[in-house]
Amino acid sequence: METILVLLHTDPDGSLARSALEAVGAARGLQGQMSGSTLVAGLVGGEIQTAAASLAGCGAARILAASGPEFTQSRYATDAAAAEAVCRAAGATIVVAPGTSRWHRALPGVAQRLNGRVDTHVTGVSAEGGAPVVTRWYYRQRMEASLTRTLRPWIIVVDPGCQAPWQGEIGSTAPEPVPVSLPEGCERTTVSGVQAPAADQQTIRPDADLLFVAGAGWTKKQADGKVHGPEAGELILGFLRLSQASLGGSKSLVDLKGEGEAVLPFMTHLNQVGQTGATPRHPKGLATCCHGEEPHVVGWRFITERRAVNLDPNCGWARGKADVLYVADAFEVMRQVNALLAARAKA
Amino acid sequence: MSTGYQIVVCGGIVPDPLQTLEPVTGPAGPGLKNELMLPAVLDPWAGHALYEAAHLAKQVPGSKAWLVSLGPKAKLQQVMMTVAQKVSFELVALDGPGGGFTESFEVAAALAEAIQALPGLDRSRLLLFGGWESASRGGGTTLQMIGERLGILDQFQGVDSLVVGGDGSLQILERIEGGKHQVSRCAGPPAVLGWATGNLPEPPNNPQVGMANMRVNMPALQKAKPAKLGAEGLTYARVSLPKQQRETRIVKDQPAGEIAREILAWITTA
Repeated sequence: METILVLLHTDPDGSLARSALEAVGAARGLQGQMSGSTLVAGLVGGEIQTAAASLAGCGAARILAASGPEFTQSRYATDAAAAEAVCRAAGATIVVAPGTSRWHRALPGVAQRLNGRVDTHVTGVSAEGGAPVVTRWYYRQRMEASLTRTLRPWIIVVDPGCQAPWQGEIGSTAPEPVPVSLPEGCERTTVSGVQAPAADQQTIRPDADLLFVAGAGWTKKQADGKVHGPEAGELILGFLRLSQASLGGSKSLVDLKGEGEAVLPFMTHLNQVGQTGATPRHPKGLATCCHGEEPHVVGWRFITERRAVNLDPNCGWARGKADVLYVADAFEVMRQVNALLAARAKA
Repeated sequence: MSTGYQIVVCGGIVPDPLQTLEPVTGPAGPGLKNELMLPAVLDPWAGHALYEAAHLAKQVPGSKAWLVSLGPKAKLQQVMMTVAQKVSFELVALDGPGGGFTESFEVAAALAEAIQALPGLDRSRLLLFGGWESASRGGGTTLQMIGERLGILDQFQGVDSLVVGGDGSLQILERIEGGKHQVSRCAGPPAVLGWATGNLPEPPNNPQVGMANMRVNMPALQKAKPAKLGAEGLTYARVSLPKQQRETRIVKDQPAGEIAREILAWITTA
C-alpha cells in the first residue's frame, strides 16, 4: 500500500502556484490508479492557511504543515529540514512535488537523508500493472524514458506545464502541524531579495502563449551587405512588447554577448534555449533567423505549434521541425507584423 | 589559518552535443549506441563550474581547485587532453560508467568517497562546485546528495554569480522562475554551488597550463580507482527517441505583408 505525499511549498503571499496545483493533479491521478493507496498533502511555508484552505477538497486523508517564519525564505537548509520532517510524518512511500527552483534545490538532499531515490524533470506519472511509472527525458530532451522503482521513498519532481492543474473549492481545514528540528547553523544563509529586470524590460515570460526565438541571423550582414544590430533589437523588443511573447535565443546568438559583441544587449544566457539552455513549454513558437541542427532544435521540443521565418528553405532548425516555414526576410516580416500589432492595439 | 578555498569541482563527461544519439538496451540496462566510440566533452555546465573555480582560486591566495570526474578512463583521458589546457586543476579520476542512465544516488556516493579521501582537505574551507544539471541524466540531483554526505547545509543551484565579500561572506545569485535571480548571502564555506552558465567565457587553450596540469593529471588517470555503480530497484521500461519529423508547409515567394498577416492571425488565435 503506497502513501502518496504531495509535497508543496507556498508562495511568499501564502498561496499555491500553478505548478503546485499541477503536482496535486499528478498525485491525485496516481492515487486513482493505485488501489489501496492513500493521498496525503504536505505544506511548507511561512504562512500556510490560505494554501491549506485551497487543498481542503483535494481528497487528502491528512494535510500536514511545517510552517513558521524560518520557512518563508527559499533556503536549502531550512527547506530540506522541513521537507524531511513532513515526509517522515506522512510515512510517505511516494512523494510528488512540483519542479520549482526551491524544490529542485532541496529535495535531492532530502532523498539522501531518507535513503530514498529521486527523479526530477518528470513529465508523466502513471501506474502500469499496479506499479508507479514515470516518464522523463535524457540527454537534454533528446531521448525519453519510462522507468519505475521499487525502493522507497521515491521522490518524483514534476516539471511545470506537463500536468493539468487540480481545481477545487476552497474549504476549511486545520492542517496537522509538523515539528521541525532545525540543525545548528541552518540560518547561515539569508535571502536578501530577487534580482529581476524592470517589468518593461523583462523578456522571459513563462506563462506567455508564444515563445519568440531569435537566432544569430539577426546579427549577420543583410542583403545590403551591412549588419543591422540596433534595428534587429528594436524589432524584437517591439514585437515582445506588442505581443507579450517570451524571448528565447539560440546559443550562438547568446554567446555573442559573452564574446564582447553587444549586438542584442537584452539577450542573456537566461534566454538561451536548446542543448545547454532551457526547453520552455509554450503553446506556440515562432523562430526567426535560427540555424542549426538537432542539438539546438531541442530548445523547442515542448512547443506545440511551431512556425519559422528563415531565408534558407533547407534549414535544419525549421524543415521537419516546424509546422510552417516562411522563406522570407525576417526583418521585413517582423517590421510588418509589428505594424499590424500596433494598429490592432490602437483600434 | 589559511583563508584560501579548497574548491572541488564535480564534473562528468558527455557525448559531444553535435553527435547523433541513439539508445540501445544491453544486459546492464539502457545506454547509447556505440557509446565508447562517441567523442566526448566535459559536461558543459560542469565546465562553467571549473572555469569559475579556477578563476576564484586565482583571486584568493592559498586556494586550490580539484576536478573529480567519474567516467570510463580512456574517455576521461581523451577529454582531459583538451580541458587541461584551459585552467589549472588537479584531477581525481574514477573509472566507471558515465552515461545518463546511471543512478545519481550511487554516483554521489562514489564522488563523496573520493572527495573525503583527498589528502589534506580542509572541509571548513570547502566549496563544492559542479554543474547544476548534467547534459546526460539532466537531473540536477547529484551535488545535493554529495553535499549531504559531506554534511554541508548551505547549498545553491543554478548559480550565475559568486562574489566574496570583504568579511568572507559569499553573495550568490541563483536562477529562479521567470528569468530572475534570487540573491543570497552565505556566511562562508563550506557550501555547495551548482553552476549554471556563470559569467566567464571559455578560457583559450594555454599549452603551458596543459603541460603543468598533465604532469599531475596523467598519473591520476593511471591511478583511477574503479567505481562500480549499482541501480538497486531501478527498472527502465522503455527508452526511445521522440518522433521528430513534422510535415513542414514551406511558404515561398509570398510577400512579407501577407506572411505578416498570416502570422498575426495565427498568434492571436487561441
